[in-house]
Amino acid sequence: MTSHPKNRDQLIGQSEEEVLNKDTSADLKRNKSSDEAIYRHAITKSETKTFENTELKLESGATLSPFTIAYESYGTLNADKTNAILVCHALTGDQYAASKHPVTGKEGWWEILVGPGKPIDTDKYFVLCTNVIGGCMGSTGPASINPKTGNVYGLDFPVITIGDMVNAQVHLIDSLGIDQLFSVIGGSMGGMQVLQWASKYSERVFSAIPIATAARHSSQNIAFHEVGRQAVMADPEWKSGRYLEEKTNPRKGLAVARMAAHITYLSDEALHSKFGRNLQEREKITFGFDADFQVESYLRHQGFRFVDRFDANSYLYITRAMDYFDLFAEHDGILAGAFKDTKTRFCVVSFTSDWLFPSRASRQIVHALTANAANVSFVDIASEKGHDAFLLDEPEMISAIRGFISAGAKQKGLSASAPKKVSS
Amino acid sequence: MSNNQERLKTPHSIRHDHLIIKSMISPNARVLDIGCGDGALLELLREEKNVDGRGIEINQKNVNHAVAKGLSVIQGDADSDLINYPDNSFDYAVLSLTIQATKNPRLVLEQLLRIADYAIVSFPNFGHWKIRWQILAFGRMPVTDKLPEQWYDTPNIHFCTVKDFATLCKTINTKVEEAISINGYGKELSDDIPLFIHNLLGRESVFLLSKNK
Repeated sequence: MTSHPKNRDQLIGQSEEEVLNKDTSADLKRNKSSDEAIYRHAITKSETKTFENTELKLESGATLSPFTIAYESYGTLNADKTNAILVCHALTGDQYAASKHPVTGKEGWWEILVGPGKPIDTDKYFVLCTNVIGGCMGSTGPASINPKTGNVYGLDFPVITIGDMVNAQVHLIDSLGIDQLFSVIGGSMGGMQVLQWASKYSERVFSAIPIATAARHSSQNIAFHEVGRQAVMADPEWKSGRYLEEKTNPRKGLAVARMAAHITYLSDEALHSKFGRNLQEREKITFGFDADFQVESYLRHQGFRFVDRFDANSYLYITRAMDYFDLFAEHDGILAGAFKDTKTRFCVVSFTSDWLFPSRASRQIVHALTANAANVSFVDIASEKGHDAFLLDEPEMISAIRGFISAGAKQKGLSASAPKKVSS
Repeated sequence: MSNNQERLKTPHSIRHDHLIIKSMISPNARVLDIGCGDGALLELLREEKNVDGRGIEINQKNVNHAVAKGLSVIQGDADSDLINYPDNSFDYAVLSLTIQATKNPRLVLEQLLRIADYAIVSFPNFGHWKIRWQILAFGRMPVTDKLPEQWYDTPNIHFCTVKDFATLCKTINTKVEEAISINGYGKELSDDIPLFIHNLLGRESVFLLSKNK
């Protein structure tokens, strides 16, 4: 077990009962400098909750018990428990949306949107971000211990779906006593979770913000995922999924999977403007297979950085969950059926250069919603950044989300000021 | 159609046809505004009539503006996207200074009355005496401060007069509940003035239509 995230190993199996582990609490820091750019952190809690005697019934028919959900929370839940926003992460994301990543030390992956005074204002809302079931940052996944055998699950872990991820989140929301989420927001696979929430639990979702996503995974996307999975499985160190016990690590396979996937997150224009055909620290091509081009060097770097924080089997399971997602099929091929008589307010966001989850996929969602006369906003943001744009500083995305969330807060009657603390 | 709306708009004030449309809409109604621009009318109706408003707009920049203001607006095209809406899902469907830019005005109008109980349509009146005079005196397509484009670059491909519009309403068996026009001095011509006066003196007209049951 050479370079798995240390923190992950610590997190797995740490909670025995339904307890809240407050790792870093009350982290409210004010920078006292007279500088106008005052940077504050939200009140952050890193917690895990283990559901010891609850069975998570999976769509495959299998059950998962016990199961643990690791999550970050920012801000304070108000007395009525009406100000909760659930942030859903993408395929290789995690719960650290607005807090420092324990393995990489990098800032949260969505700090452009989540934080004090940001569109998802942690002074005003209680923001939750959970590591998905099947993930590798503390929630139960293939690297967790199988209680039946006492060994790591590996490929004995049941195949999970987007629906299962959401059902696990429902257990957490229930345990926090939250009846209705003020908003559910996420991009890419996070957007799939948003759609699943809005479809299956519409009365529990006041507003939904699916970003750069689709109501079903396309054939092309399944194809790319298959390339990634085959790369992992072709690595001799994968050992049929038992690498944790064999003390090996399919780093190369997972890195190649990440490299292939990373290309799909960018666009031709973005790659061209970032790298062109520029050479990497050399004057001319070497007539060999070193990383002559900057783009090659960049991809290798992305691949190898990734394996330090991600579990190879988790990658297999989570890509599979995305492949299986199909809200059309669940409603006899008619997507409108997924949102029948919905009262949820929607804000659908797509990006013009996203070819992984193209604007037309968002438009299908919008058409299905209008067919129900749903309350829906739709912005297709002009961007050259490709699929990854949803993680980047796109001013039009940020202002649209800010406008949508504050209009929703007004409609729901959430006060403009910070909620009073609930005594716990 | 959005560029056109920009030009027709009096800067720093509420568009006159919007005020007339507002007067026709009852409070707390469900309103669909087709070709809503940056959402000026929806905002007005939200503030003053507490309506549950939605918008469709073809220009993405306008859509982003409207959504940032907290309005429920989607990017879409009146000609192709109205078919997605279910029957009778709104109280009012509004088409303000947009019908002349649609490819198939008759179809759009029929869609409005399928989606909503009432349709409100405002349009520039090509029967206005100044426009008649321009064609008569100069023999050329009219260009005015409100309609500044030349015939070859105007987005307005289906102009009509008040009389033409009233005839279309009859053809599709729609009842005209009310018709108000705005003359060249910004004064309103009320519903009890004969239609041919509207057709001659009205610069813009606003029609409230209902299904003929």
